[in-house]
Amino acid sequence: MPFALLKHALRRPPAAEAYWPQPGELGQSYDVVIIGAGGHGLAAAYYLAREHGIKRVAVLDKGYLGGGNTGRNTTIIRANYLTPEGVAFYKESVELFRTLSAELDLNLMYSERGHLTLAHTDAAVRTARWRAEVNQHLGVDSSLVDPDEIARICPQLNLSRAVRYPILGALYHPPGAIARHDAVAWGYARAAARLGVELHPQTEVTGLVIERGRVSAVETSRGRIQAGKVLQAVAGSSSLVAGMAGLKLPIRTVPLQACVSQPLKPFLDTIIVSGSLHVYVSQSARGELVMGGSTDPYPLYATRSSLEFKEGLMGPMLELFPFLAEVKVLRQWAGMADMTPDFSPVMGLTPIENYFIDAGWGTWGFKATPVSGKRMAECVATGRQPALLEPFALERFERVELVGEKGAASVGH
Amino acid sequence: MSAQPNRLAAGGQVERGRPLAFTFNGRRYQGLAGDSLASALLANDVHLVGRSFKYHRPRGILSAGAEEPTGLVQLGEGGRTEPNLRTTQIELYDGLVATSQNCWPGVQLDLGALNNLASPLLPAGFYYKTFMWPPAFWQPVYERLIRRAAGLGRAPVLPDPDRYEHRHAHCDVLVVGGGPAGLMAGLAAARSGARVILADEQPALGGALLAEPAAHPGQAWRQEVLAELAGFEDTRLLPRTTAFAYYDHNYLCLVERVTDHLGPAAPPQLPRQRLWKVRARQVVLATGAIERPLAFAQNDRPGIMLAGAVRRYLHGYGVRPGRRAVVFTNNDSAYATALDLAEAGAEVTVVDLRPQAEGALPAAAAQAGIACRAGHGIVATEGGQRVKAVICARLSADGTRIEGARERIPADLVCVSGGWNPTIHLHSQSRGRPVYDPERGCFLPGLPVQAERSAGACAGEFGLAACLAAGAAAGAAAAEAAGFRASPPDWPAELASPAEAPARLLWQLPAAKPEARAKQFVDLQNDVTAADIRLALREGYASIEHVKRYTTTGMGTDQGKTSNVVALGIVAELTGQPIGELGVTTFRPPYTPVPFGAIVGRNCGPLFEPVRRTPMDAWHEAAGAVFEAVGQWRRPWYYPRPGESMATAVAREVTATRAAIGLLDASTLGKIDLQGPDTAEFLNRIYSNGWSKLEVGRCRYGLMLGEDGMVFDDGVTARLGEQHFLMSTTSGGAARVLAWLEEWLQTEWPELKVYCTSVTEQWATLSLSGPRTRELVALLAPEFDLDPQHFPHMSVREGTIDGVPARLFRISFTGELGYEIQVPARYGLALWARCMALGEPFGLTPFGTEAMHVLRAEKGYIIVGQETDGTTTPGDLGLDRLVGRKKPDFLGKRSLARADMGRADRKQLVGLLPRASEDLLEEGAQLVADPNQTPPMAMIGHVTSSYRSPSLGRSFALAMVQGGRARLGETLFVPMPDRMVAVTVTEPVFVDPEGERLHG
Ligand SMILES: Cc1cc2nc3c(=O)[nH]c(=O)nc-3n(C[C@H](O)[C@H](O)[C@H](O)COP(=O)(O)OP(=O)(O)OC[C@H]3O[C@@H](n4cnc5c(N)ncnc54)[C@H](O)[C@@H]3O)c2cc1C
Repeated sequence: MPFALLKHALRRPPAAEAYWPQPGELGQSYDVVIIGAGGHGLAAAYYLAREHGIKRVAVLDKGYLGGGNTGRNTTIIRANYLTPEGVAFYKESVELFRTLSAELDLNLMYSERGHLTLAHTDAAVRTARWRAEVNQHLGVDSSLVDPDEIARICPQLNLSRAVRYPILGALYHPPGAIARHDAVAWGYARAAARLGVELHPQTEVTGLVIERGRVSAVETSRGRIQAGKVLQAVAGSSSLVAGMAGLKLPIRTVPLQACVSQPLKPFLDTIIVSGSLHVYVSQSARGELVMGGSTDPYPLYATRSSLEFKEGLMGPMLELFPFLAEVKVLRQWAGMADMTPDFSPVMGLTPIENYFIDAGWGTWGFKATPVSGKRMAECVATGRQPALLEPFALERFERVELVGEKGAASVGH
Repeated sequence: MSAQPNRLAAGGQVERGRPLAFTFNGRRYQGLAGDSLASALLANDVHLVGRSFKYHRPRGILSAGAEEPTGLVQLGEGGRTEPNLRTTQIELYDGLVATSQNCWPGVQLDLGALNNLASPLLPAGFYYKTFMWPPAFWQPVYERLIRRAAGLGRAPVLPDPDRYEHRHAHCDVLVVGGGPAGLMAGLAAARSGARVILADEQPALGGALLAEPAAHPGQAWRQEVLAELAGFEDTRLLPRTTAFAYYDHNYLCLVERVTDHLGPAAPPQLPRQRLWKVRARQVVLATGAIERPLAFAQNDRPGIMLAGAVRRYLHGYGVRPGRRAVVFTNNDSAYATALDLAEAGAEVTVVDLRPQAEGALPAAAAQAGIACRAGHGIVATEGGQRVKAVICARLSADGTRIEGARERIPADLVCVSGGWNPTIHLHSQSRGRPVYDPERGCFLPGLPVQAERSAGACAGEFGLAACLAAGAAAGAAAAEAAGFRASPPDWPAELASPAEAPARLLWQLPAAKPEARAKQFVDLQNDVTAADIRLALREGYASIEHVKRYTTTGMGTDQGKTSNVVALGIVAELTGQPIGELGVTTFRPPYTPVPFGAIVGRNCGPLFEPVRRTPMDAWHEAAGAVFEAVGQWRRPWYYPRPGESMATAVAREVTATRAAIGLLDASTLGKIDLQGPDTAEFLNRIYSNGWSKLEVGRCRYGLMLGEDGMVFDDGVTARLGEQHFLMSTTSGGAARVLAWLEEWLQTEWPELKVYCTSVTEQWATLSLSGPRTRELVALLAPEFDLDPQHFPHMSVREGTIDGVPARLFRISFTGELGYEIQVPARYGLALWARCMALGEPFGLTPFGTEAMHVLRAEKGYIIVGQETDGTTTPGDLGLDRLVGRKKPDFLGKRSLARADMGRADRKQLVGLLPRASEDLLEEGAQLVADPNQTPPMAMIGHVTSSYRSPSLGRSFALAMVQGGRARLGETLFVPMPDRMVAVTVTEPVFVDPEGERLHG
């Protein structure tokens, strides 16, 4: 153990100070009620209090803090998207993530491991080049690399030509990172609570009171509360909650599964994604291989896991890493992904006055936690759509100005 | 090689006459056939097996089964090695080699144990609070160290030479677990004539009976039942088989370890493991119970084991793991261990948390002269790499404090029992909701959700007679429910166990000293202590899920089988909430970790997505084609002649097609046969253009849109009969389109009578194009009337070629006069060869996918997925004419109706001509209007296709550009790493815009 650390640990013994107060009574009214205590809801609460001085804020969740997709995701953070709008947005999130541990005074174990999106077909090479070009034009570190370069970055990969789908090239994104998902939720929750935000887990929103096109109160499993403004940030339940507001979203909700192996001594430094093989993997700080793929094929509000998923995942895993046959799957789980047609989120104002939405995070929203929290807070506080969120407004579907990110988001969350 | 100091002279199901040699941490030992690695190590008095995850504390063997948290090893050496295996479940074979994990340089002297000294600095959540300062140190320094310390075993580095298989099976009754309840259930079902599968993860069937002495009457009964079961033709006994997943519709997955126990001696024809996929009408879960440890101070030293496991070692393997034993219990069952140890010559003291021990077993122990400290607890232990002594003391009536003097009892073995947890994992996976029974102090299965019943210890029945009765009833009921006449079998009356007095649940125990109190382990693998849980609660982590995540309880390879309920109990005690209200975590598959290889089975290597070949593949191969992967297909990319580069070959193929005739193997395009009275209506809704007026014998190109109005697939569909259509799809999109059609038919439009069948592989397709095609087709298919008046562009005719049924289409993807011939797949090769022979005089040239791409791009034909990206409308592609605005409805209509869909600044398809005719643009390159920008640059479009055109004698490209159609003639720029390429925007059609060649 390095000396500096020891010194620090001795100087500041880990305090048993509560991260947040025990949940108390629900108040009568708040300036802002946030539905959903996932990373997004908690981050928005934090930035509302810190940057806009709005502290009469309650964050409600039907379960426990961070227990939705935030606590189930595979934590890939990157900015190498396909559209200029997407790249600009996710780039800001990566920048916020870099200093977030210090800002929240909690080690989020943010770890830049480098991110390879493998291309096994000409079409995939074309998309990779497209992304590299867009990224470079916007100042994001990303490039098309050939198999020799891949071998240098990740020697464990099977780069043989004599396989079913040889690796022809890859999009390499050095800032690609992973982090500890729970810590992100807890860090924001603690920081928000310290600024006076109230956290109410086990409080389900069951209805919204809307009068003359304007939201005024929220019905919950613990009673009604008046709300100046309401923000929904409920990911997998987006359509259901929006439905309470009378909004119909262009979202379909499908299960997304993931699994981890037993903990192994770290051997894989890079985050590996293969869109053609529908698989991605990284090795966590605990040594587990964290693996996932595409969403389940059909809409369903359920979080059960299937054998088909494992079979679909392990075949490609062994293609990429043939030496892993004896390694074992330890846990498998699922979340609910709120998928938009263009694989981009929905953020900002809604046709209902004082009602704001943060949805459509599908399989890719963890990396956006800081930026969406920050910009949604700005949107709620000012009542205006921030420029960065302009392309992601709900009304883009009216204007049919889609932000097509399928090529960059369908597998490599 | 040493003698086996802890092996008893007699007893156990080991083969005394078959010694086996094995190596552990480089030292050679001997065990016996029938040993587990754990029993063999214990026979040799080896308790220290590994090191814990965080503090690298010495760890031994706790259990005798799947719940083992600490007795883990790396099996094998070199590249072929398996990490994190439970010694308790490795069957010993001759020459076995195993090593300890997570220690360096060795398990005895492990430098990582320095962490242990720092353990006050590393409590729950320590990662989150430390390693923070200075921030610049995080990734380069701290994180590296954390990563180095992470993980347990090492991943292999060489590919696994073993084979894994999958097997599907159906049965009437699946019994999981082969203990008394499971055997009884299997017997009841088998006798009824039901097809039965009985699986158990142990090498031998018998469950809890395997921990009973040879003289126990259950042993004879077990042999009889096994013999009877073996006689049923429709009963399959699967030892060494773990049911690890319970999915919907009584679909269970089992993994059978076929040859693991044979080691290198395994016969090569056998798979290493076999994955069973079982559909069972009825399931009986008889999965038993797992003993619970007690969270006493310093409870983690090697030599501290579960009491039930010690009996298993005594009677199953003839191994007495120590000579001076202390049994620490809160219930009666551990007294059996005390009695058996005493019988085996050990010195035994019992420490019982209950103020009085008054059941039959304690009475027997007292009679046997075994000392008992009732109302006492262990409050500390001594020892380094092996327990040396325990400190026990009388506890206050409420169990929270130490009262009276402390007593030191020397011991090299501590047998612990905190009661039993029914193994409810599969029940929970089947969506049952376990309920807490305060009386029995454990979670029990809730109401079954699927056709499933739990019997025996897994349902909280802990006595032998009760288990037999429950198994008999469950087996008979399952058989009845599966349609058989069954009755519960009888069993010998002497099969009973003594009645037991209730246990005393104390989740937190007092400790002798604060240091000892800091070492009350709950999760032995991850080093989570009761203090960590208390800390988590103080820090506000009130929900059990938070406690688990924050402390990492139950996140290890043992998935918390021995720790989860103890953690729950502590949380319940601290928060004052009833344990049942905290809820038990939902159990998810797998029950025990499953190798990737078993999940993949044979679907790897050459059998991973087997290559799809067209019927003419052999010809292409012989012709020296270079192939390209298109989805799972392989297609000729181009046919180089000796000495030709790809570019020259492609140019030659393109030129020959435009000048004479080219032949393409188009068999890979998806073909879906659609029949039924409502097919035309269905197509009307699925495609954006109109279909009802299409006459029989005509074809039409159609665009399929998503509900969002964006292009999803395209292709030509032909009307073969009033109610019969043949749809073609892109090669890669065939499966997706069929699923899409079925989804709409089955979920949204069930009223439509349409039947979809994939016939892609049933027909071979030869696609001919070029000005002289008609002449060749006339020779090839003389029965067809090719007169353009009668057989115009976009028509189809059915007939025969050489007596073989054939379909002839007049369609084109090159812009040239084109015909496509489809014959049943098995005639494809012959027809192709004949076509090549007949075509020779015309200069017939086979061409591959690359030439096809050039040809179609010259003509401005799009490829879905290349020109489109899921945000492209028909209008963007200049295909507005394919939108039937007058149709009552079609997928995407509402979206297209939006005013903004027609906005002029959408990205539109255009052609590009680089200023320098030799400049080949990169596909995916971005377009800018102003070449003098620095990042971030405003991009207004991108290149979708880019080729050298032999027909134009220069390079060209297709692109999607904002407001592109209004920019015809404008100059745009493509920034390349080294230069800026100027391009002129053009119409996207470069060859024969009037379509004269097509209609000729
Ligand atoms: C398996 C998986 C892997 C993923 N991998 C990645 C990845 O690698 N990278 C990445 O960037 N993203 C990934 N994602 C996506 C990412 O997890 C989500 O987009 C993101 O976490 C969404 O955060 P959130 O705060 O909006 O939602 P959540 O964390 O889901 O929080 C929403 C909360 O709303 C609550 N809620 C719902 N309805 C109500 C109600 N009526 N009343 C009160 N509360 C309610 C829920 O209980 C929940 O806690 C993955 C997702 C999954 C499922």
